[in-house]
Amino acid sequence: MTPPLLEITGLRAAFPGLDGPAEAVRGVDFRLEAGKVLGIVGESGSGKSVAMMALLQLLPEQAIVSGSARLSGQELIGMKSAQMRHIRGRRIGCIFQDPLSAFNPVLTIGAQIVEAIRLHDRKIGRRAAWDAAEQLLVSVAIPQPSLRMGQYPHEFSGGMRQRAMIAMALANKPDLLIADEPTTALDVTVQAQILDLLKRLVQEQGIGMVLITHDLGVVAGMADDIAVMYGGRVVEQGGVEAVFYETRHPYTRGLINAMPKLDRPTDTLVAIDGTPPSIWARPPGCSFAPRCTFAHQQCTASDPQLRQVGATFTACLRADDLAPMPDARDARGVA
Amino acid sequence: MMTKVSNPPLTPGRRHLNGLASIVRRLPLTGKIGLAILTFWAFTALTVQFWPLYDPWAMAGRRLQAPSLTHWLGTDALGRDVFTRTLWGSAYTIPIALVVVSLAVAIGSVVGALAGYFGGWTETIFMRAVDVTLSFPPILLAMTVAATLGPGLPNAAVAMVIVWWPIYARLMRAQVLEVRTREHVEAAIAGGAGRMRVLGVHILPLCWTPTLINATMDFGQVALLAASLSFVGLGAVPPDPEWGSMISEGASKFYSWWIAFGPGMAILSIVLATSFVGDGLRDIFDRRDGQ
Repeated sequence: MTPPLLEITGLRAAFPGLDGPAEAVRGVDFRLEAGKVLGIVGESGSGKSVAMMALLQLLPEQAIVSGSARLSGQELIGMKSAQMRHIRGRRIGCIFQDPLSAFNPVLTIGAQIVEAIRLHDRKIGRRAAWDAAEQLLVSVAIPQPSLRMGQYPHEFSGGMRQRAMIAMALANKPDLLIADEPTTALDVTVQAQILDLLKRLVQEQGIGMVLITHDLGVVAGMADDIAVMYGGRVVEQGGVEAVFYETRHPYTRGLINAMPKLDRPTDTLVAIDGTPPSIWARPPGCSFAPRCTFAHQQCTASDPQLRQVGATFTACLRADDLAPMPDARDARGVA
Repeated sequence: MMTKVSNPPLTPGRRHLNGLASIVRRLPLTGKIGLAILTFWAFTALTVQFWPLYDPWAMAGRRLQAPSLTHWLGTDALGRDVFTRTLWGSAYTIPIALVVVSLAVAIGSVVGALAGYFGGWTETIFMRAVDVTLSFPPILLAMTVAATLGPGLPNAAVAMVIVWWPIYARLMRAQVLEVRTREHVEAAIAGGAGRMRVLGVHILPLCWTPTLINATMDFGQVALLAASLSFVGLGAVPPDPEWGSMISEGASKFYSWWIAFGPGMAILSIVLATSFVGDGLRDIFDRRDGQ
């Protein structure tokens, strides 16, 4: 049996602080097959980006990363940086949240895509790389590609820039694409176009994609599997249908309830009370307990582990007591 | 689904050629005046040997004559024409200031960039060397070095480079520290770029603005320091028509004010001009309002 495209087990990432290390990611497990999309959902500070950056060794040097992350069976954690360079951009492509700041402002878009190609293909000539880059712009539906190649990032609109970023991430035909909030900086109308484009490219090229977002609507339309992160852990995980239709974890319920519904008058937006815990002061037991309406005494005593309850994996002591929440059906329409 | 996309105004990508002209156009009036003065001195420095002037090293008339139509800025204690010597002085000051600033920028930038980018021991060693150098008053340090090496303009130049490089090291380090945290740098690393490539292609090109502005302003300061060293006898050797040594000669003939007037005004004009140009460039390039 071939190993899965990406298999993460027990991944932890911590940053040293005055009172000892603070754990931003506290043991997460993911699995992603080629051609599938894994959506990682969570608020800011839930550890979703840190987990992915840990894979690529993009965290600051003092960060302590442990656990295992295998790309087609090859261990990434602890890999030598010279070797890691051949993974970055070659086997794993990255799409960043803000395409304006993710491009070098003093180089043309063409020059940057050409650089991406030539970094991993030393033998390709300038001319050939330039033509290949132009083809990439065509594949992400950028009009007038030959003209666009010679333009600087600031001359692109937000949507065009994100298209160019996708073209660059796909330049070396990676096996895995990590998209960190790819549509957050874009207008809603442009968001849909970019998501359609990503979906098409991922399907055409059979790439596995990790889609990091805080927007449930985005994952609902794109992902095959969803992992909901809170406080550095996965609190609920499962197929997209299961997570949306048979939600168990109170946090996921909160997120789904917080989405405005299209078919129902909305006077007030529902919010989850409180704020996410700081990584410097984690509450004892379940880190969601202080904000959870269903919390019991034992919730602050022991930290629940992921276990299968109904259709999803849930890290909640009370998952068996709580009936699955079925009324999330309309959330899918928002994507 | 293919969507109709509105195009932003399309302009050709390569516009570097008319960039220089546009910078000059955008300079404020003072900057333009400064640039004109600098251009004049640069032109003089290059061509002064072909000008119909007196011989700067030879007697041109009676000693200590006041300014007149034949000797526009009078003559000095040896009867040499001060106006001629003032113009010739640019052929010493301009090249030496250029060389000193270029070397200081080159050395300082490399040191600062490596310190800022690699951090750790590299940074500690380099930046402590900078601190030590900067802890001496610049003119004293330059005099000490120049006196140790012996008089002469090349030695004075070496002394001035030693005084000046640390400023650029600090500037460059600060700039690298700021730029290296930008997202496009992380994106380049995520794309598989190596360390030197990240530094050279994605960080350094965005770090030049403060250095450029500072170098423009320092040009005048270096000219002034060169004159100061010559004034105390550690730079140009008499009888060469260098501004600092001319002022030194004038200082001992206090009542013949014109001897020091020409070179004094020359130094003043260069210092002012460079600071005008530097200010103007800062207004254009180093805007902190997000433009």
